[in-house]
Amino acid sequence: MTTAPIHPTSETSIGFGSRVHSWVISVDHKKLGMMYIGAGLIFFMLGGIEATLMRLQLMKPLNDMLTPHGFNQMFTMHGTTMVFLVGMPVLLGFGNYLIPLMIGARDMAFPRLNAFGLWLFIFGGLLLYYSFIGGDGLYGMGGAPDVGWFAYSPLTSKAFSVGHATDYWILGIMVSGFGSMTTAINFMATILCMRCPGMTFMRMPLFVWLMFTVGILVLLALPVLTGAQVMLLFDRFLGAHFFDPQQQGSVIFWQHLFWFFGHPEVYILILPAFGMICEIIPVFSRKVIFGYPLMVAATLSIAFISLGVWVHHMFSVGLPPWLNSIFAASTFLIAVPTGMKMFNWIGTMWGGNIRFTVSMMFATGFLVMFLFGGLTGIMLAVVPFDWQLSDSYFVVGHFHYVLFGGTMLAVFSAVFYWFPKATGRLLSEPMGKWTFWMFMIGLTLTFFPMHLSGVLGMPRRVYTYQPGRGFELWNLISSSGVPFQIVGVLLLVTNIIKSLINGRVAGPDPWDAWTLEWATSSPPPSENFPKIPTCTSPRPLWDRKHPEDPDCFYE
Amino acid sequence: MTSIPHTNLIPSSAPSRGKVGMACLIFAECWFFAGFIVAYLFYIGKSSSGPMPREVIDIKPVLVNSAALIASSFTVIAALRGLARSHMGSFRFWMALTIVLGSYFIYGTAMEWRGFIVDHHLTISTNLFGTTYYSLVGFHAFHVIVGLCLLTTILVLSLMGHIHVVRDYLRVELVSWYWHFVDAVWIVVFTTVYIVGMRP
Amino acid sequence: MKRFFTGSFLAMCVVALAVCFPSITHAAVAEICTPGSPASSASAPSGPTILPNIFDPHGPPARMIHDLSWLVLGICGGLFILVEGMIFYGVIFYRRKKNDKSKNEPRQVYGSNPVEIAWTIIPLLIVFVLALTTVRTIRSIELTEAPEGALQVVVIGHQWWWEYRYLDASIPGGEVVVANELHVPINRPVWLRLESADVIHSWWVPALAGKMDVIPNHTNYTWFNAESEGLYLGQCAEYCGNQHAGMLLRVIASKPAEFDAWLQTQIAPAVNDASVAMGRDIFQEYACSNCHTVKGVSDGQFAPDLSHLMSRQTIAAGVAPLDPTTLKAWIDNPQALKPGCNMPSLQLDPQELDAVTAYLLTLR
Repeated sequence: MTTAPIHPTSETSIGFGSRVHSWVISVDHKKLGMMYIGAGLIFFMLGGIEATLMRLQLMKPLNDMLTPHGFNQMFTMHGTTMVFLVGMPVLLGFGNYLIPLMIGARDMAFPRLNAFGLWLFIFGGLLLYYSFIGGDGLYGMGGAPDVGWFAYSPLTSKAFSVGHATDYWILGIMVSGFGSMTTAINFMATILCMRCPGMTFMRMPLFVWLMFTVGILVLLALPVLTGAQVMLLFDRFLGAHFFDPQQQGSVIFWQHLFWFFGHPEVYILILPAFGMICEIIPVFSRKVIFGYPLMVAATLSIAFISLGVWVHHMFSVGLPPWLNSIFAASTFLIAVPTGMKMFNWIGTMWGGNIRFTVSMMFATGFLVMFLFGGLTGIMLAVVPFDWQLSDSYFVVGHFHYVLFGGTMLAVFSAVFYWFPKATGRLLSEPMGKWTFWMFMIGLTLTFFPMHLSGVLGMPRRVYTYQPGRGFELWNLISSSGVPFQIVGVLLLVTNIIKSLINGRVAGPDPWDAWTLEWATSSPPPSENFPKIPTCTSPRPLWDRKHPEDPDCFYE
Repeated sequence: MTSIPHTNLIPSSAPSRGKVGMACLIFAECWFFAGFIVAYLFYIGKSSSGPMPREVIDIKPVLVNSAALIASSFTVIAALRGLARSHMGSFRFWMALTIVLGSYFIYGTAMEWRGFIVDHHLTISTNLFGTTYYSLVGFHAFHVIVGLCLLTTILVLSLMGHIHVVRDYLRVELVSWYWHFVDAVWIVVFTTVYIVGMRP
Repeated sequence: MKRFFTGSFLAMCVVALAVCFPSITHAAVAEICTPGSPASSASAPSGPTILPNIFDPHGPPARMIHDLSWLVLGICGGLFILVEGMIFYGVIFYRRKKNDKSKNEPRQVYGSNPVEIAWTIIPLLIVFVLALTTVRTIRSIELTEAPEGALQVVVIGHQWWWEYRYLDASIPGGEVVVANELHVPINRPVWLRLESADVIHSWWVPALAGKMDVIPNHTNYTWFNAESEGLYLGQCAEYCGNQHAGMLLRVIASKPAEFDAWLQTQIAPAVNDASVAMGRDIFQEYACSNCHTVKGVSDGQFAPDLSHLMSRQTIAAGVAPLDPTTLKAWIDNPQALKPGCNMPSLQLDPQELDAVTAYLLTLR
């Protein structure tokens, strides 16, 4: 292995300022994708700091490290950040980077729109964070939003949320939401119009299939949130009465609108993670994905059913029994295609020859954690059980298993898997193994006890709790997981920086993989492929490497 | 960077990316309007004080308005046909007529609002009817105005001689899709506000 | 053979963990909670303090949920062990051997219709069973009208305290208003009508019933039936602003006779003790009377009714025990005890503070 410079000399010889400038004006899907992921990682650390402060506050009962107002700002900003400024951009960033490479295209369908979307997201995020100093001027604590990430009315009305904190929440999310919608349009157009010769729908990598589904969900869910936020703005600024109980407005109507967006949003956050796992597990198990058509069918049915499950966030609102029953049934139903996916992944590993790289370790961690989060999700779908568990710490535990144990572990797995493609250098494996175990220990310590404190009657979003109710031990254990996660994040960041400088050179195809992105150099040239590839099966590179037993025989 | 040759990538059967993009935009817009339409339907008859729809709405001018907007959908088709045949005169005439009809719709909406605000003292903050009515009809009118801006831009460009049939036909067609969408939304809004919403 | 043993060992570990897990929970709870909560020791109610543990039900709705939840836990636990076992089995036995340097790929299996159909149909059957039991339990818990002979109480959620209005024909005027501590007789259904004065709250006493949201402009109903005497703890479960954590719930279940005696003290007019006239005057002249009701003295609606303050065990919606020192500190600076709450500090001088405290201490 040589340590040749990975950047063309023309770029290394120019100054720092011009290099930054070249990123800012870039419309290249690879640079935009990396900027999405990088910005997402920065917001991830901000959200992590907020989480750390909350865990410190809850370490012991009746703690007064944070004021109630400060704590409420922390959990609002933590939730909003992690969903809108970490989950979505990181996943859309991977989509941006990988979709054109995987389908053998030179760029996205609308490269300039793509750049526009990125900058909308970044400025939306900055607008939201500006609330810390801008919401109430620079006096006191500032005015970050304190209404929770789902901002239930009437807590968001002018009467209960004075100042402009809630307005920052509305506008920040709205602006970054427009960015996500343009990206979704781009995904759809790219996937439908830009596939290389031979890339039929049933030969697309599953990651592309899942991003296609996510595109549909974004286009369908985010406009509803935007509409609801516009209504809220009208209420706050023009004196409208959409969510004003004084004038017969319905506060439950906000919940319906929000969760009609909110539940597909959950799948927007988990489906790309499924896609990553669908690419990574087969490569490291050295086996083709088990049941490709069933995976596609399961994906589409998850997307379809996810439109009809939103009321399961509202079981304790006091809706009629028949409505609760219908939505319980649809929620149970969505577990079936999710289960199929889980079984297909295990089926892929079964009989394989598994190489435990860090990427594969994270993918396995995903399976273990997501299974737990999925099963607690089934418990929450049991309406009467949910009457006890909803809005308790059990729910907090559940969705952290799904979103951290699921989505984020898949993202880490994907970072280790595609980093060599994006930079030409491998991440350090030993350091990666430490990262993995830090996260596994940290996650379990932090999020498992939350289920127990929830069962013992601890509601979520409380800035403190009473002693003597059995919450102390579990909260203490929860907080003790935080240092592990901090070390994990720091190790990951160090690993990225260190490997960028002097990581091992990867070569075009370090994992002996099968999809088209590995057919070009690492990092890919500015228009991806010197010559547009052709596709003969779901695994074009397998066909090239194994001409004696190609995939296309089995189509 | 933007001069990437896309043409050789598209499988022969693939749709144009412009059409997919516009279709996706329209799909997203549908869901945006869906929120406001559901809000309108949900709050029919729930206002705690007047004025109520039946007291203020005069259906006749609205029917004229609607006829103008629906007619403009046909004139834009005629304009496209003119463009396809490279009859620039016919294209410009029908385009101008579309813009006139669309502008008349906006004028009609403005007159209706003036009547509500000045004569009936109904504003967005008066009651739930005002809240939902102004939001829904207002957002539709906003979309009509955006459409008018696009159509006017095309007309001005064509008068300056910058519209070329081969290069620009698809672009004009996509704007016409948007215009048809705005028209279709109006049919739904009309049904919601002026038919369903008028029930006692 | 070796594979089989290692596999079964792992499976057993998982089973053992799953079985121990609830008992560990219970043991830990018992260990932590025996000292009893400090708030309850101030003036002991009849009976023990019952913690908000959903696995310790003391009445029908909570017990029905509890029974259902064991079924759900059983099914989900079984699935967890099975699938997690499969993952670990795969991870351990299909991992590449250390000295395996060959380039051979394993056999490529593209799928299997019978297997895929099996793991579609079996989960469908499982969720079908879950759905049926869920619907049955929903129907038996979610009542549309009050059970026979129920005690009817209106619950009004305020930022950040609870108002209870007892409705009964036997009460002069038809209702009596109390705050923050709900007294009920045992073995009699209690039918709650839930309303909110401001934002959304949620009424949740886990040992008695599941939570039900308390929503402005939308009336909800819930019910429970306490089967044993004691103090049941709970707290507001829907985020409602600054002091969401300080909106605690206390339900005191006692024998019917004790309950009736308590109800009579609440119906009685407020004590009018001439020796604390100065405190009463201050209460009336200053802002206190704008928010608080003391029957015959003031009729404020925004804060707890104080007519029989001293019949309660706690103040500030259960945040602190009610004793003269705390009460005085609370009146002096409410923001110190419950930061962000809506009660202002009236900047009373020490003399006034003593007088008001003395007055309130007479309101039995």
